[in-house]
Amino acid sequence: MISKSPVIETDSLTKNYGTFCATDHISLTVTAGEIFGLIGPNGAGKSTLIKMLTTLLPPTSGSARVAGFDLIGDAAHVRAHIGYVPQLLSSDGALTAYENLLMSARLYAIPRAIRQVRIAAALKMLDLSDAADKLVQSYSGGMIRRLEIAQSMIHQPAVLFMDEPTVGLDPVARRNVWAHIRDLRDRLGTTILLTTHLMDEAEDLCDRLGVLNAGRLQSVGTPRELEAAVGSDATLDDVFAAITGSELETEGGRRNVQHHRDNQHTPA
Amino acid sequence: MSSIIATTSTPPPDMGHMGRVAAYLTQIQAVADTEIRKLRHDPGELYTRALQPLIWLLLFGEVMAQVKGLNSTGGSYLEFLAPGILAQSVLFAAIFYGIAAIWERDLGVLHRYMVSPAPRSTLVLGKAISSGVRGLTQAIVVYALAFLLGIKLSFSPVDIVGVAGLICIGSALFSTFSLIIACIVKTRERFMGIGQVLTMPIFFASNAIYPIDIMPRWLQVISSLNPLTYEVDGLRYLMLADGTTKYGLWLDFGVLFAVTAVLVAIAARMYPRLTR
Repeated sequence: MISKSPVIETDSLTKNYGTFCATDHISLTVTAGEIFGLIGPNGAGKSTLIKMLTTLLPPTSGSARVAGFDLIGDAAHVRAHIGYVPQLLSSDGALTAYENLLMSARLYAIPRAIRQVRIAAALKMLDLSDAADKLVQSYSGGMIRRLEIAQSMIHQPAVLFMDEPTVGLDPVARRNVWAHIRDLRDRLGTTILLTTHLMDEAEDLCDRLGVLNAGRLQSVGTPRELEAAVGSDATLDDVFAAITGSELETEGGRRNVQHHRDNQHTPA
Repeated sequence: MSSIIATTSTPPPDMGHMGRVAAYLTQIQAVADTEIRKLRHDPGELYTRALQPLIWLLLFGEVMAQVKGLNSTGGSYLEFLAPGILAQSVLFAAIFYGIAAIWERDLGVLHRYMVSPAPRSTLVLGKAISSGVRGLTQAIVVYALAFLLGIKLSFSPVDIVGVAGLICIGSALFSTFSLIIACIVKTRERFMGIGQVLTMPIFFASNAIYPIDIMPRWLQVISSLNPLTYEVDGLRYLMLADGTTKYGLWLDFGVLFAVTAVLVAIAARMYPRLTR
């Protein structure tokens, strides 16, 4: 049974880099068992918001509770109850899937007595049992994503954060990853917060969406609600265009991720 | 499949499952064991790293042995040089840990460490220990080379254990130092620039390849503040059959431990900056 208590609650969460405001007073509530999607153009603040909620980045102001713990005052407990699949590859290609999972299990101090059971269950749930002892550098993109998800849920977190979970995957692998994300929510009741640039991912996978633009949370609702607000037969693409204006044309593509990242790491 | 998970679905993981100390050690092991497994999967790096000490001992050592002023310690210059080259090869291997950390950040592996509840000091110590293991593999190579070159080594078990200890603590010290530099400069390009600039003075402003006594006064002062000097001093005593120590083993180990402890504390505070 999925309870409807809030699992993520942010109150005016703000991050400034110098004079640039990456997220501007974001107040958002995500309830237990939801798959919540953040959409918006590059630079809208999606990754910054996820980095704050996963304790990687200290907010400039505002507060948040994640999985029942205060984000700022109790970061260690927040970390014990969340999982994170970053935008870029976070599994180690020079290790096998089993070794990657072993590392994660140890990082979360999962007791030795149940470590092997947890690893086997995670491999099975993400359909990786047969490839467990192969080096990850021989994996396909879809397999790596599944392994990353397995690693991120080895400690059975209350919330799983995913930054563009299907970027770079072919349509078949993408649908496969969606099925596994739904499976996680349905079987374990995991709350999922993800970012995406794919409107079909937002439409088919997410229960509710938040639209970010220029650091502000412009609107929140189910895909149907957001579409109805724009027009009678509007699509999510129309919603995106209506909220973000012409930026869809110029900022929609994912060019030069590395450059984007480097800029994030060395804020002016 | 869900039944397996359901049966082990105890309350969310908390350190309460394990003793605090056991959890802390497990988290160090998570990082250290990962590095050691990677070395086992691809040991090629260990072979290529063996070349540098060979070149130093064979080319530099044989020529410089002809220089009269360098034979001040009594034994042959090659004997004097071997512990210095061991310390050097360990230093050069350790100093690459910073760039590896930046690499892990660029890949996203570091994010996985940073979102976990593992205390930051366990992540730093895990890296330091894996650097120590890498250093020990270097030591085996240098011992083999030194033996072939006819250098009289000490093979007493106590001395061997002492050498292993010095190698581990020296590797930990310089890999942690490198990690701190990485946290400051943050990009590979900048690290490459500064890495060279730092490594050379550490190496040359030490007693690694010449005795401190022949240095000008100002350089003697700098060398006596350089942790590498104490590592080499201890190695010179423990590695050679008739080795001597200028400062004494207590001071050698004491300086290395103290500096490492301070660096680990600093690195644990700075490491999270890499993923911001």
